[in-house]
Amino acid sequence: MPELLVIVLKLVLVAAAFAVLPLLVGQAEHKVMAHMQGRLGPMYAGGFHGWAQLVADGVKFAQKEDVVPAAADRRVFKLAPGVAIVPYLLVLVVVPVGPGGQVALDLGPGLFFALAVMGVGVIGAIMAGWASANKYALLGGMRVAAQLMSYELPMVFAAASVAMAAGTLSLGGIIEEWRWWWLPWQAIGAVVFFVAGLAELRRPPFDMPVADSEIIFGPYTEYGGLRFALFILAEYAGIVVLCALTAVLFLGGWKGPFLDTGLGWLWTLVKVFGLSFVVIWLRVSYPRMREDQLQKLAWKYLVPLSLVQLALTGVLKVAL
Amino acid sequence: MNDYFDGYALVAALLLVGAGIVGGGLAANRMLRPSRPTAEKLATYECGVDPVEGDWAQSYVRYYVFAYLYVVFAVDAVFLFPWATVFAAPGYGMTTLGEMFVFLAFLAVGLVYAGKKGVLSWV
Repeated sequence: MPELLVIVLKLVLVAAAFAVLPLLVGQAEHKVMAHMQGRLGPMYAGGFHGWAQLVADGVKFAQKEDVVPAAADRRVFKLAPGVAIVPYLLVLVVVPVGPGGQVALDLGPGLFFALAVMGVGVIGAIMAGWASANKYALLGGMRVAAQLMSYELPMVFAAASVAMAAGTLSLGGIIEEWRWWWLPWQAIGAVVFFVAGLAELRRPPFDMPVADSEIIFGPYTEYGGLRFALFILAEYAGIVVLCALTAVLFLGGWKGPFLDTGLGWLWTLVKVFGLSFVVIWLRVSYPRMREDQLQKLAWKYLVPLSLVQLALTGVLKVAL
Repeated sequence: MNDYFDGYALVAALLLVGAGIVGGGLAANRMLRPSRPTAEKLATYECGVDPVEGDWAQSYVRYYVFAYLYVVFAVDAVFLFPWATVFAAPGYGMTTLGEMFVFLAFLAVGLVYAGKKGVLSWV
């Protein structure tokens, strides 16, 4: 049955993208940060540009003992890394990479699905924070929860603005409707969405929940070995998903100035990696924000800005 | 109706794949990693000293007001999505736009009120 074969192939491709892209982003982060900060360490292993560092890290993680603290809530503690990482795999299924049905699943309410499932990933960190029975982990988990609540709102508003502009919730449909002048039109929304997404992923400068200089490593303090690696992998998978969603919603996905019918998937990849580079760049450039500054940025700037974007989208859409 | 849920069968399949990747990885890892638990190793980590008092610390949840605000706003935001897909459809136009501004005004007034009450600043 060829139809079933197509579905299996699509699932394999999604799983492959999920396995490869986050590692590429992680590797890129190593090297880009090393260049920007003039560091020699990440450039050493294996000779040329320290290519073997990722392999060495993987081997190290796989060999480490899996310690579950005696005081921890064992089941929740062990489940948390899975809850943190699997949702990002699920989001990838609705992300269109090219025109003409180059998407694993063209879901009608795709945008809604993506936002909802992406939020679940954060639950993993909160579970880890609570189940560790560690004061630092608990503080970190609380901060994760606070951050999720503050930044989810502007993110949803910014995404709703695109849905209004396109008149559909299907991610493929949004790209079909996309025109170049959406760039200035949806610019505020794009910035709000990207910044709120970074905060939800707890990427620097929004890494207060894992602030290693004050609360060790926040929710992940008690983790080691492969479970810890899964959390780190979840962070990179999150970057890939956020960049893919930003590219699809605000940058036109597979559309490019030329060759976008044949090589649309390449445009998607270029945009995802370009945005990932920005994510890494921001990590190197900005100091960590304090907890009160984090909340202030969300409620006093991003939420009002996203409301302005909604008004702008509504007025222009009806006027045109 | 069946077609509508067919899509989610794929999501369920992928969920199983994801569980397989994580579970399989951890199972394979079991053969590679050592396991020699000692009482010290299983103690809660607190910078190297013996843990003080209980494991779950008491802490003041400062952001409960944010939580309320979030719930109020998020419930509103959910209604935006179905509305967003039809508001510019033929036959709606100016009326729906006016309704949008009523909606935005409610949210903005709520936000300003919360700001004036001082609940938007972390203490």
